[in-house]
Amino acid sequence: MTMAASETAKGSSLRYAFGNVLSFFTLLLIGVLAFSIRLFSVIKYESVIHEFDPYFNYRVTQYLTKNGIYDFWNWFDDRTWYPLGRVIGGTVYPGLTLTAGSLWWLLNSLNIPLSVETVCVFTAPIFSANAAWATYLLTKEVKGTGAGLTAAVLLAMVPSYISRSVAGSYDNEAVAIFALIFTFYLYIKTLNTGSLFYATLNAISYFYMVCSWGGYTFIINLIPMHVLLCIVTGRYSSRLYIAYAPLVVLGTLLASLVPVVGFNAVMTSEHFASFLVFIIIHVVALVYYIKGILSPKMFKVAVTLVVSVGLVVCCAVIAVLVALVASSPTKGWSGRSLSLLDPTYASKYIPIIASVSEHQPPTWPSYFMDINVLAFLVPAGIIACFLPLSDASSFVVLYIVTSVYFSGVMVRLMLVFAPAACIMSGIALSEAFDVLTRSIKFQLPGVSENSQINGGDTSTGIVVTENDAGKSDKIEEPAKERSSKKNRRKEKEHVEKVSLKSKIEKRLLVLPLEASIIAILLLVLLGAFYVVHCVWAAAEAYSAPSIVLTSYSNDGLHVFDDFREAYAWLSHNTEVDDKVASWWDYGYQTTAMANRTVIVDNNTWNNTHIATVGTAMSSPEKAAWEIFNSLDVKYVLVVFGGLVGYPSDDINKFLWMVRIGGGVFPHIKEPDYLVDVCWEKLDDKLD
Amino acid sequence: MDALAGLRLALVFTIVAHLSLLARSSSLAPQELQIINAERRIDLTSHIIKVFLTLKVENTGKSPASEVFLAFPPTQADRLAVVKAQAAVGKRKKKTYLPLDVTPTELPDAPNGTKYFSISLLNPLKTGETVTLEVLYILTHSLEPFPAEISQSESQLVYYRDGAIILSPYHIKQQTTFIKTPSTKVESFTRVEPMNRAGTELKYGPYDDHQPYSFSPIIVHFEINNPFAVVEELVREVEISHWGSLQITEHYKLAHAGARHKGVFSRVEYQSRPSFSGVSSFKHLLARLPPRIHSVYYRDGIGNISSSRLRTDSRKSELEIEPRYPLFGGWKATFVIGYGLPLQDFLFESPDGRRYLNFTFGCPLAETVVDKLTIKVVLPEGSKDPSAVVPFPVDQSLETSYSYLDVVGRTVVVLEKKNVVPEHNSPFQVYYKFNPIFMLAEPLMLVSAFFLCFMSYVAYLHIDLSIRK
Repeated sequence: MTMAASETAKGSSLRYAFGNVLSFFTLLLIGVLAFSIRLFSVIKYESVIHEFDPYFNYRVTQYLTKNGIYDFWNWFDDRTWYPLGRVIGGTVYPGLTLTAGSLWWLLNSLNIPLSVETVCVFTAPIFSANAAWATYLLTKEVKGTGAGLTAAVLLAMVPSYISRSVAGSYDNEAVAIFALIFTFYLYIKTLNTGSLFYATLNAISYFYMVCSWGGYTFIINLIPMHVLLCIVTGRYSSRLYIAYAPLVVLGTLLASLVPVVGFNAVMTSEHFASFLVFIIIHVVALVYYIKGILSPKMFKVAVTLVVSVGLVVCCAVIAVLVALVASSPTKGWSGRSLSLLDPTYASKYIPIIASVSEHQPPTWPSYFMDINVLAFLVPAGIIACFLPLSDASSFVVLYIVTSVYFSGVMVRLMLVFAPAACIMSGIALSEAFDVLTRSIKFQLPGVSENSQINGGDTSTGIVVTENDAGKSDKIEEPAKERSSKKNRRKEKEHVEKVSLKSKIEKRLLVLPLEASIIAILLLVLLGAFYVVHCVWAAAEAYSAPSIVLTSYSNDGLHVFDDFREAYAWLSHNTEVDDKVASWWDYGYQTTAMANRTVIVDNNTWNNTHIATVGTAMSSPEKAAWEIFNSLDVKYVLVVFGGLVGYPSDDINKFLWMVRIGGGVFPHIKEPDYLVDVCWEKLDDKLD
Repeated sequence: MDALAGLRLALVFTIVAHLSLLARSSSLAPQELQIINAERRIDLTSHIIKVFLTLKVENTGKSPASEVFLAFPPTQADRLAVVKAQAAVGKRKKKTYLPLDVTPTELPDAPNGTKYFSISLLNPLKTGETVTLEVLYILTHSLEPFPAEISQSESQLVYYRDGAIILSPYHIKQQTTFIKTPSTKVESFTRVEPMNRAGTELKYGPYDDHQPYSFSPIIVHFEINNPFAVVEELVREVEISHWGSLQITEHYKLAHAGARHKGVFSRVEYQSRPSFSGVSSFKHLLARLPPRIHSVYYRDGIGNISSSRLRTDSRKSELEIEPRYPLFGGWKATFVIGYGLPLQDFLFESPDGRRYLNFTFGCPLAETVVDKLTIKVVLPEGSKDPSAVVPFPVDQSLETSYSYLDVVGRTVVVLEKKNVVPEHNSPFQVYYKFNPIFMLAEPLMLVSAFFLCFMSYVAYLHIDLSIRK
């Protein structure tokens, strides 16, 4: 009897080893998948930086690698926003640039002479692989390895994320999504383990996120919301305190080190929620502590006393705060954040934010395009998260609920929603497969309990899932988990026994055999549809670099490379100090590719300057010449797409030039530029 | 009117030159040689000017002469890319040509900074004997656009300046000069009688009995619309990998050296009326590359340039490239061409055990002048004693470069030459010693790095770092 027990123990540990190796290689393949699905742009087009913002990031990276980190922080760029210039070091999120710069430095110190451009092009795919792994870790903390692997696969090819991270799309979001997921993972990990080590890592990861993207405010609002939720639902524990308090203190200190954030980390309204919750969690901790040392009767007396005094103080403090915030014109919120809370804000007050297509609310088809079948799986995942509800799963539910709202406001934030959708769908798929395969296994003739363990190799992933789910159940218990590896192994064996017990209970929840098989087939079909859609999206929809245009006609492929022709001409045949005026869309590209000074660029920080160019563009020749001459402009770059049928040329953007110009200089009136016949319709078409 | 003024000027010059030179000419002639007959053909059909000079030299002195001097005015001497000479041996039917050494030399008392090249004869020329020398020299940057700026619809006119009489330290008994222009459109030319003009050819002479250092400047003003493609700087990197491939990267800095473009550039006009608009500009360039070429790319600093065509056959590869925009006078463009070649076509082993690379010097682009050519031959890591053998004088130096995972670095043989023309496309050799064991250095390094990585992970797994037990 004892021998048999030790044998099964041996067999199960072997299965663990096999399962670990299997999931390791699965993860490796997921990384390869995430990297290689993003290479369509390189294969179909070429290894080149895409679109607009990536060109700016590329130029900054070039500067960093050439002049070093100190010059980078102090960089005042006089080749843009002429004659104002721009302090790049203080106005840019440096995470992406520093990442690619150090990647380049590392490669070059190993004597691997890759150009800065190559490193920049492939930064995004590399970080997509990282993001997939981070998703695995996060979902594993929530619902076990099986769900983790499924979520990682889904994230590796979710079209929404692909759209921002194809090779060449060298933009902040590419690394920021990884940082976002990884920060959430470390938060959950700290919450599950109560380890200060992970709490510190969490703060550092948050710092990296702050460096990378303005979207870090999502983290610093979501985590306090979750903490508050935990407190309200009576789930306060010391682990929650460890997960939250160090993050706020260290995180805020670190965030204020980033020049672009600086004192905003304590002064703008986006961060107030975290401080408020910080106070609340301390109050709650104090209450729990006092509850522990006082008798129940004394405690009741103390509570009534403190509450009555506290209410008065709180009212006073809140009144002061409200007065302070209300005295600032934007109520302490930045324009983009305000347009998140009030989706109509931008279109009312800031035409520049409204003119960018990625700041518009998305349409329903774009949900289907960007997350495809995940949209149907998400509700199932939410339900799975409630069975049972843990701290971790409640966090994921909160994450998806908030991100659904934000993605509904701005297309761009679909990117934040996509990982949540992947995690939820991963959980849903994994749970569904779990239930269905278990039903089949219990009903197959000749499969006894014993042979199931031996034949477990074929379904290792699922067995591992069960065990880990059991493990996370166990974590719910207040007993502290030790991080030493050897102890963990012992615990696993203990968990095995627990899960065996629960297995017998689950025998009652078995589905009919035929229904299970059909359901599995349907799920596989759904997954296959998702894969086909993702590959199509990666290959067709999101691979075009947008500086090279191609068209197919009867006599083969035509390449329109006119943008680069113009930039190359400017860079070789004009004086180094010549000023080039163009609409702001082409500013980053002109400085990066043509290396010429521009008047305005895509960093739309000065509305008046943009309005000046807009006015010049919409004025008659003589007036325009005078405006441009006053800005020392020698060349004007305009894009005309009429001959080849390129739709997004300057004629298309012309109404925005008029609107933005008219916003500052009232003599430019929009109706003057419109034909009488139903200009509303025309306007809609042009948008 | 121009021609008349030029003529007058030329006459004055001739007289002055005669007066000043006559007095000293006897002391200057290095040897008692005289040229019985000289014929010069100047080919102006391209911006690379080829001059063929046939000299029949006779020794009238007492001692045998072993060298013949060629004289060039200083302005021409700076623009000389090539001077080659060969001696005609044998009678009419069995005539063969033997190449002769030509070296730049200095002579004492050279009048007005005249520059000399000396041709070393194979056998010293004895008294009373004659020898026929064929000289080819090539001039670059010698066509001056006039007007210096033209608009898109105009064609390009240039000046060519030279002498009607061949500048020579010897007495020339009879001489003729033929000038070939690209078309019959010649605006003006200096008249020095006797002369005539037939079709695309101007004939100056025959002139009899001219003293040493006689000079009579002429100007020809004619239309030329051939591309003035000048590569201001070309760096060719030839990287040898003993794993079987030769990787070549060529960095071009191309310019149109013709009359500068004036006013606007109208793309519509350029594309709709190609025969009238922008005739002196150029769009296409042809690069002649070795056969069995692979992985060709053509790009510049901002990415791939999609307008190129590659034709290959068993004897050569031709890459037709278009810069991003058509080049008008004064416009510039930079680009990079790269390609791989099979190593066995170019790398050989010499009898003494050394290896040598046999590669073509010069620029692969047809009909272009290279102002400064740098060839960098990157030898594999661990190669020793490099030496280069080039058939003409070049500046040589050594460098070290680091490429994929190099530790000690690769030796780079750098060859530099100014003013290179297609005539320089002749093979050169780089010899070096290499031990094939070095080929394994990098794979072994990688293997050991991975091995160490796994070993340290195994070690980590067996160590328990926790403080509490």
